[in-house]
Amino acid sequence: MTKDEVRQAILDILADIAPDEDMNSINDEATLREQIDLDSMDFLDIVMELRKRFNIEVPEKDYEQLVSMASCIQYLQPILNDRQLAS
Amino acid sequence: MSSEQRIVITGVGLTAPNGNDLNEFRKNLLAGKSGVQKFETRYMGEVLAGVCDFDALKYQKKKELRRGTRAGSIAIYCCREAAIDAGINMESVDRSRVGVYLGVTEHGNVETENEVYNISKYDYDTKFWSHHHNPRTVANNPAGEVTLNMKITGPHYTIGAACAAGNMGVIQGLQMLRLGEVDLALAGGVSESIHTFGIFASFNSEGALASHEDPTKASRPFDKNRNGIVCSEGGGVYTLERLSDAQKRSAKIHGEIVGYATNSDAFDFILPEPERQAECMRLALERAGLKPSDINILNAHATATQLGDIQECKALRKVFGGEKAVWINNTKSFIGHTMGAAGTLELSGNLPAFEDRLVHPTINLDELDPECSLENIVTGEPRRLDRVDYIMNNSFGMFGINSVLIVKRFQN
Repeated sequence: MTKDEVRQAILDILADIAPDEDMNSINDEATLREQIDLDSMDFLDIVMELRKRFNIEVPEKDYEQLVSMASCIQYLQPILNDRQLAS
Repeated sequence: MSSEQRIVITGVGLTAPNGNDLNEFRKNLLAGKSGVQKFETRYMGEVLAGVCDFDALKYQKKKELRRGTRAGSIAIYCCREAAIDAGINMESVDRSRVGVYLGVTEHGNVETENEVYNISKYDYDTKFWSHHHNPRTVANNPAGEVTLNMKITGPHYTIGAACAAGNMGVIQGLQMLRLGEVDLALAGGVSESIHTFGIFASFNSEGALASHEDPTKASRPFDKNRNGIVCSEGGGVYTLERLSDAQKRSAKIHGEIVGYATNSDAFDFILPEPERQAECMRLALERAGLKPSDINILNAHATATQLGDIQECKALRKVFGGEKAVWINNTKSFIGHTMGAAGTLELSGNLPAFEDRLVHPTINLDELDPECSLENIVTGEPRRLDRVDYIMNNSFGMFGINSVLIVKRFQN
């Protein structure tokens, strides 16, 4: 998956979890929580959706990798590409 | 009784299958308009149900709807509407002195069925079971969602009381006001039961699920051709206050709760027992200081099951037999059985009778079952009475839980 495809996949998940929010103005470098109303249950939703949609298991020690859009992409892109190679 | 101990209804918030506020609901009850329709349910396909179409986004964000439950959403809508109807600005009340007391027939079945269905898509791997399941299924969920939405910091809980639950919520609110535990109670009942296939399947297995080619004719209490319950969703919540507080702020008063009672049959899991039901009605009358003949409108519980209706009619004959001026109606004939909401919702539909003196009819009563023979069932058209001073509402549930409320036209 390209960087843009990974970004779009994350945006799709966020749009489902935070349906009242405008996703068009996300600043990739800032933390997601600064920009979107997300709490710990929402965060667990992101982890669940990655599991359901991409069969990705994010271990608890890596949760901090999901803090901003940029860090999400950096963390998830290689994993997603490994998944594709494996399949 | 002092005005600190007299409890009045100052606000009504409701959603019924045929109306999303008291005016619309009342108008449709007087017009004979049913709210029962065809409804798709998981595994069973098409069934009949009473479905509410209130605007859930009126008081909630999309995210709250996604995270919470249907019962929570119904509860929030009804509580908000009840506060608005009472003319109460929640910003200006001490919200640590507000209590939320909501009756539920059951809670958690909908959410558990959804999760089991969800993991069935993942070969029953429980790592796909939602972290939202616990907060969605704790028994206090509907009342808890209300406190988050309305920023109420006083007590909240639900009262599990089968189909007597709506009245039980009101009784709880009344008692807490009398004890001085709270200054304002949002009390009543809610139901999301139509979103579980299990309730339809279980009534079907009992031989107690209504069917009819015309959905609007399916709920037929007291009728010879009744064939069971129409399951419905809904909510009915009252703003309750001490009379002294209501008068201080010149609140509009829908009625005064002058009698209540609850007891247990101690008889059977599902079959009601007329003697205990009669005792419950008599206890409510006694507490109100009334004779049976003082009641003008009796809103019956009858759900249109074969045996349940007969049992309630036996109880009604024990208490009201021979009374010529006690008029009986039944709201489930319009909206089906709204379970935890039934007591409050059905009583609500009758409260405007204090003003317009009209007894809304029972519909679908084409041929009275001789075993349900009662004097003065109002059928077909509304009946205007000379005066309406007292309304009694019956709500009974499984395990023989009985609840009765008596509301009086407010007089200072």
